[in-house]
Amino acid sequence: MSGVVTLKINGIDVGAQENETILDVARENDIFIPTLCYLEGLSRIGACRLCLVEVKGISKLLPACATTVAEGMEVFTDTDRLRKYRRLIVEMLFTEGNHVCSVCVANGHCELQTLAQQHEIDYVSLPYLYPQRTVDASHERFVFDHNRCVLCTRCVRVCDEVEGAHTWDIRGRGIESGVITDLNQPWGTSVTCTSCGKCVQACPTGALFMKGKSVGEMVHSPSFLTFLAQMREAKK
Amino acid sequence: MTKKRLATVWLDGCSGCHMSFLDIDERLLLLADKLDLVYSPLVDQKTFPDKVDITLVEGAVSSEEDLHKIQHIRAHTRILVAFGDCAVTGNVPSLRNSVGAESVLRRAYMEPDLINPQFPTDVIPALLPVVRPVHAVVKVDVHIPGCPPSADTIFSVVSDLLSGKSPEVMTSTHFGA
Amino acid sequence: MTTKLPQSQLPEEEILRVAEQEQEEKSQYQRHIYVCMGAACLAAGSATVKDSLSEVVDQNGFAGRCAVHGGGCRGLCAEGPTVTIEPDDVLYGKITPQDAPDIIKNLGKKRPLERLHRPTDRPFFLRQQRIVLELAGKVNSERIEDYIASGGYKSLLKAVHEMSPVEVINEITRSGLRGRGGAGYSTGLKWRTVAKADGHPKYVICNGDEGDPGAFMDRSVMDDYPFRLLEGITIAAYAVGAEQGYVYIRAEYPLSVRRVQNAIRQAQRLNLLGNQIAGTAFNFDVQVRVGAGAFVCGEETALIASIEGKRGQPRPRPPYPATAGLWGKPTLINNVETFANIPAIIRNGADWFASIGTEKSKGTKVFALTGNINHSGLIEVPMGITLREIIYDIGGGIPNGKRFKAAQTGGPSGGCIPEEHLDISMDYESLAGIGSIMGSGGLIVMDEDSCMVNVAKYFMEFCMTESCGKCIPCRVGTAQIYRILDNTTRGTATLSDLEQLEMLCDMVRHTSLCGLGQAAPNPVLSTLRFFRDEYLMHIVEKRCPAGVCHLHPEPALYNDTKESVR
Repeated sequence: MSGVVTLKINGIDVGAQENETILDVARENDIFIPTLCYLEGLSRIGACRLCLVEVKGISKLLPACATTVAEGMEVFTDTDRLRKYRRLIVEMLFTEGNHVCSVCVANGHCELQTLAQQHEIDYVSLPYLYPQRTVDASHERFVFDHNRCVLCTRCVRVCDEVEGAHTWDIRGRGIESGVITDLNQPWGTSVTCTSCGKCVQACPTGALFMKGKSVGEMVHSPSFLTFLAQMREAKK
Repeated sequence: MTKKRLATVWLDGCSGCHMSFLDIDERLLLLADKLDLVYSPLVDQKTFPDKVDITLVEGAVSSEEDLHKIQHIRAHTRILVAFGDCAVTGNVPSLRNSVGAESVLRRAYMEPDLINPQFPTDVIPALLPVVRPVHAVVKVDVHIPGCPPSADTIFSVVSDLLSGKSPEVMTSTHFGA
Repeated sequence: MTTKLPQSQLPEEEILRVAEQEQEEKSQYQRHIYVCMGAACLAAGSATVKDSLSEVVDQNGFAGRCAVHGGGCRGLCAEGPTVTIEPDDVLYGKITPQDAPDIIKNLGKKRPLERLHRPTDRPFFLRQQRIVLELAGKVNSERIEDYIASGGYKSLLKAVHEMSPVEVINEITRSGLRGRGGAGYSTGLKWRTVAKADGHPKYVICNGDEGDPGAFMDRSVMDDYPFRLLEGITIAAYAVGAEQGYVYIRAEYPLSVRRVQNAIRQAQRLNLLGNQIAGTAFNFDVQVRVGAGAFVCGEETALIASIEGKRGQPRPRPPYPATAGLWGKPTLINNVETFANIPAIIRNGADWFASIGTEKSKGTKVFALTGNINHSGLIEVPMGITLREIIYDIGGGIPNGKRFKAAQTGGPSGGCIPEEHLDISMDYESLAGIGSIMGSGGLIVMDEDSCMVNVAKYFMEFCMTESCGKCIPCRVGTAQIYRILDNTTRGTATLSDLEQLEMLCDMVRHTSLCGLGQAAPNPVLSTLRFFRDEYLMHIVEKRCPAGVCHLHPEPALYNDTKESVR
């Protein structure tokens, strides 16, 4: 049993185990911190930067998902500065891909769409970049629409860490990077894919979906991961 | 109290936002007490009038005609409202941006099995190379996302604008709503 | 660890014997000719120069009296190929193979050949102080015997025989040495953290992934002083208790890879690497890892991921590599130049090192002096020297009578120093104080014909294409910033774009995952701070004061270069 610490989040006293992250503790106490690349049951990579919080006495902003709590820590999750940065980050995601909510399979069930609403984004002030991206419909049951990919790598991690297939990975650098199947080949020709569909369930947007789903019909249920994670914990 | 002058315009969109506007139903009568509809696809007025208080702009800016229209409208409007996703984000019309205007025209006018395939010349306005949301072209004062925004959202935003309040938009709508 | 084993392995005496033998062999020759085998001189043809010198020596019966060696860099890269003649300390520059007979004929004469002579009593040499680049040009980079004969490996022997690991760390801490990779973290403190960290085994990594545009300091150290580098790494391993080391070198430096690999083999042969080093119980070995040339792999956590065989992407710190690094084990990771300083500190003592430089920045710094400067090349200067001294005394000023405009330190992570700060002391704190950084040592000088907006755009393009793409602020933010800078140089940016530029820079700086992203806005912020008027001229007056950018102001809508389509 690990030690127990007390800390303050937004001025509220909370208790935590010393190996918990700020995000864990915030969620236990119903304190909202936005996330995108984080998914319970997967490794925490601190990549989307939406869960950045301010900690008193530390000049850098820290990712709540990957920062463990400490005794006497004073965390602020909802300052003007954080709201400003988060809004810009979500806006940038909209400019980076080709996100057209109205005709998306995930309309109404999309974490990016929800993030935009949570941050009251009524329009995107940065110019759209309109990249040329492809749609891979070569798999028998699933489709990968790269136009809607936000590069959260949840599919990459669930495939590697949970399914153990490592079908997905990332190619390229910077704004040109993208998710690939095996050695950058059509998904349907992958020799490692087990067609388990975990990647599809883990996807926060309409990038990964099941064939046959129309606008608004693709409802992801990443909660299976929570279940798997709990089972693993129980087994330990 | 003098009535506010309201205009609505239809650029590159499907008219769904205008339909949703009509879905305000009997509450249109409440609005009619407070405004004059001075220009709209719904009324027979050919030229955009001067000194409009509020203009709702449906649709993205896709053609040279859209561009000239919106610049003229901006110059004669006090509060310009980007009305619906096409105006706010570019939405469906902007889908062509990643493939280019020419390939869209080619698909429509050259690829089908036509007797005399040819690009349109004068009647149809030239397409801009990139479809843009309204705010990328002129200054926009209020954005109402939604495809289309619901009648309730439209009613509440327009009511707020008429009474001089800054409208609460994001509590009732979002991209793709 | 310092317990001496029976003298069955090659002991200290054996090393001394190697040194004596080498010196004896050398003393048989009256003259030693060192042809620079650094990358710049090789590119200028120094290999054929060396061949023709050897040929002429043989043909003219000088074979027993004069030896031709491959040597290291004298720093005057613009004058390559260079040749150094010992013991006269004569330096010749811009040598062609046809010059060989004249050079050999002139040996032993009082006056050097006038037309090739590059006098070394000039400020370029006199104002420098060489520790990392010690014995520049006068030691063979491919023969460990030559390095040992010139005093090499004495420090390692001293460390493992006479000092405890804690004493070594104390010495480095007292010297005040700070990381030469750019951030300037205390080297002693880092070593102590790794030494105290729980976990076994421990690793030492040498970061040779030098990637700043215009920087070639580490390359030169790896090319010319691979043995000094290895000696430094080995001392570090002894101090922190590591048994395995890696030198991470980018694939674009094939010569460095070859030289370091060669040095490792030779050190292993003399038991200066491997088991029971120099007859003690200290075991340590080193391998070279070749990186695929991603700039981000210079970031320590990305570099570690790359060594582990993963995609070279950074991860959030903490935990720092000192506690959880390579394969999750405590790992010491230092830059090439940092390690190259170690032997001199152990040999001459912490007090000696601490007497050089400023109060907080000790020792020397190697700079790659490039751009609009008369004597471009590699220089090593004491910390605290002014930028003016570097540019006008050592660098010989700006060519063609042009006026100095700014100097960029720290490459794409750094900032510019304008004319009004020419007298700035070159140390970590002063540079940070004006929004730049020491960086790894790139120093690019720009004259009045440089457009500062274009410079910022160049560095932003670099960061944009080198971003690994993992975190959103760096991946998309650099692209959005680049777009605004590009529009500015085209004349299509507006004042609201300038506002957006500053907002984006602030966000990318404070929210990016690693140093690449956090520092990417620096060139923009720094040029905005000192040359805001140039931005405004591009945006408002639609003109480029330096005449670099071709501005075609058009309505913002037509940015896309393409015409409307009918």
